[in-house]
Formats: sequence, C-alpha cells, structure tokens
Amino acid sequence: MSKNPHVLLVEDNEDDVELALHAFRGSAMSPDITVVRDGEEALDYLFATGRHAVKPSRELPALVLLDLQLPGIGGLEVLRRLRERPETKRVPVVILTTSDDQNDIIGGYDRGVNSYIRKPVGYADFAQMVKQLEHYWLVTNVAPPA
Amino acid sequence: MANPKILLVEDNRDDADLILRANDATRLHSDLVVVADGEEALEYLFATGRHAGRDAADRPVVVILDLALPGMGGLDVLRAMRQEPKTRRIPVVILTGSDRATDIMAGYDLGANSFVHKPTGFAAFSAMVAQLERYWVLTNVRAPE
Repeated sequence: MSKNPHVLLVEDNEDDVELALHAFRGSAMSPDITVVRDGEEALDYLFATGRHAVKPSRELPALVLLDLQLPGIGGLEVLRRLRERPETKRVPVVILTTSDDQNDIIGGYDRGVNSYIRKPVGYADFAQMVKQLEHYWLVTNVAPPA
Repeated sequence: MANPKILLVEDNRDDADLILRANDATRLHSDLVVVADGEEALEYLFATGRHAGRDAADRPVVVILDLALPGMGGLDVLRAMRQEPKTRRIPVVILTGSDRATDIMAGYDLGANSFVHKPTGFAAFSAMVAQLERYWVLTNVRAPE
C-alpha cells in the first residue's frame, strides 16, 4: 500500500509540469503527484465531482501547488472556492507562479493562501525549490487534522 | 537597509533563548525580535504601548507564535492580526508543543499559514529555525505594503 504523501499540482504549462515531476521524482519523499491542467479540473479533483466523481472516499492532498494563470477558472478563484468548503478550507495551498503582479500576491493572501512562491528559472533552482517545498510542507508543517 | 525582522512571541525563556541562539547560528541576516506575551506582540505590531514610537511600517516578514501565552493567548493574537488590514497578510507560523487537533484546526481556521511542533534539543531547534528562516524570509513572497 502506498503511503507516500500526495501532492496536487495545478499547472497548465507542460514544461513546468515536467520540471516539477522530474524534481519530485528525485526528491527524498517521492510524493505521489496528481497533475490537473485547469481550474475546473482542480475543483473537480478536490471536491470529487465531474471528471473525478468516482472515488467515494478519498484523502485530500497533503499540499496543493497552484499556478495562477490557468485556462478557464483562474488560480485565485480555485483558491477562493476551496476555502469556502468545510472539507477543503484547511488544505495547505502554495501559489507557484511567475506573476509579480501585486494584485495577485495580495489576492492570494486575502483568499487564505498558505504561501506564495515565484517559479525559479532553470532546472537547478527549480529542483532546489521543490526540495524546500517538500521538506517544509510535507515534513515540518503539521497538517490540518482530517 | 535593515535586516528583515522575525517576531517571536514566546513566554518560555528557555525556548526563546534556544531560538535566539539558533538564529545567531544560522546567520541568515534576519533580526529576531522576542516578545513574551500576546499584548506585547500586538503592541509591537501596531507600535503602541511598550513599542510606541517604533516604525509600524517596518513589519516583520513572519510571526512565530506560541499558543500558550500568559494573558492573551496565541489564537487571540492571530485573530487580532487577521482583523487588522496592516497585519492581516503577515505570515504566521504557530510554534507549539500542543498536539491537540482542536488547536491545530482553530489555528488554521483563524488564518495561520503554518503549524510547527516545537522540537526538543538544541540541534533540532537550530535546524527548525534555519528552515523557518530560509522558507519565510528567503523563499516566500511577502505581500506588498
């Protein structure tokens, strides 16, 4: 039985998905990564609806890595909706974005994001960031009780 | 330019000393400000009372908050911070010996960004402080003023 921690990656950019998957594969915890590529699917996944309405009881991810620029429902709206629901309101969410827009940063904090991180450029820095994220959110941080 | 500040709200002198020593050892160039109770934490953040005259715009990049404090508790400090526009986006990490699910849920529900257990012993404490500093001072993007 797999008891690796589970991370939901909400990211539409294929290059960034590949970078993240590669970095996590070489990491200490080897978390199970689920990739969804737009905001609707992220909500379907978290609420077990629509395209993900199959599993009756499923553990929530230990961490959601959320891009902001997504097709359809954007990242900030995904965050707002999951913070509204009792079952997902405490799930740790880290915004991972190239955006430097102050409105995005403020919007993220005001909607209850746990942390806001800029995507590093280049594989070495990206891998280092993944390692740090993993150690902080999957090892050090005390997850909200289920 | 002034070093980034970390505000530590901790009434246990031994724990505060451990964190101060650990902070010195990490040399990440952040200044650790220690206050021993919840009232003083808010006075520091809002530059009132014992901290009147301080530049309130010089906000800490992260607040490390013990829960069991004399007088006003850690969760009350968090609630007050989240109600005030000037402090509501400052990351708060709750550092506690409590394993109680109700404390953890209440912390998250009041808007704590993270919840960390107090480690035992200097080496573990140092590692944790270094990790907290690296994450919240260097990696996390803080909200603009």
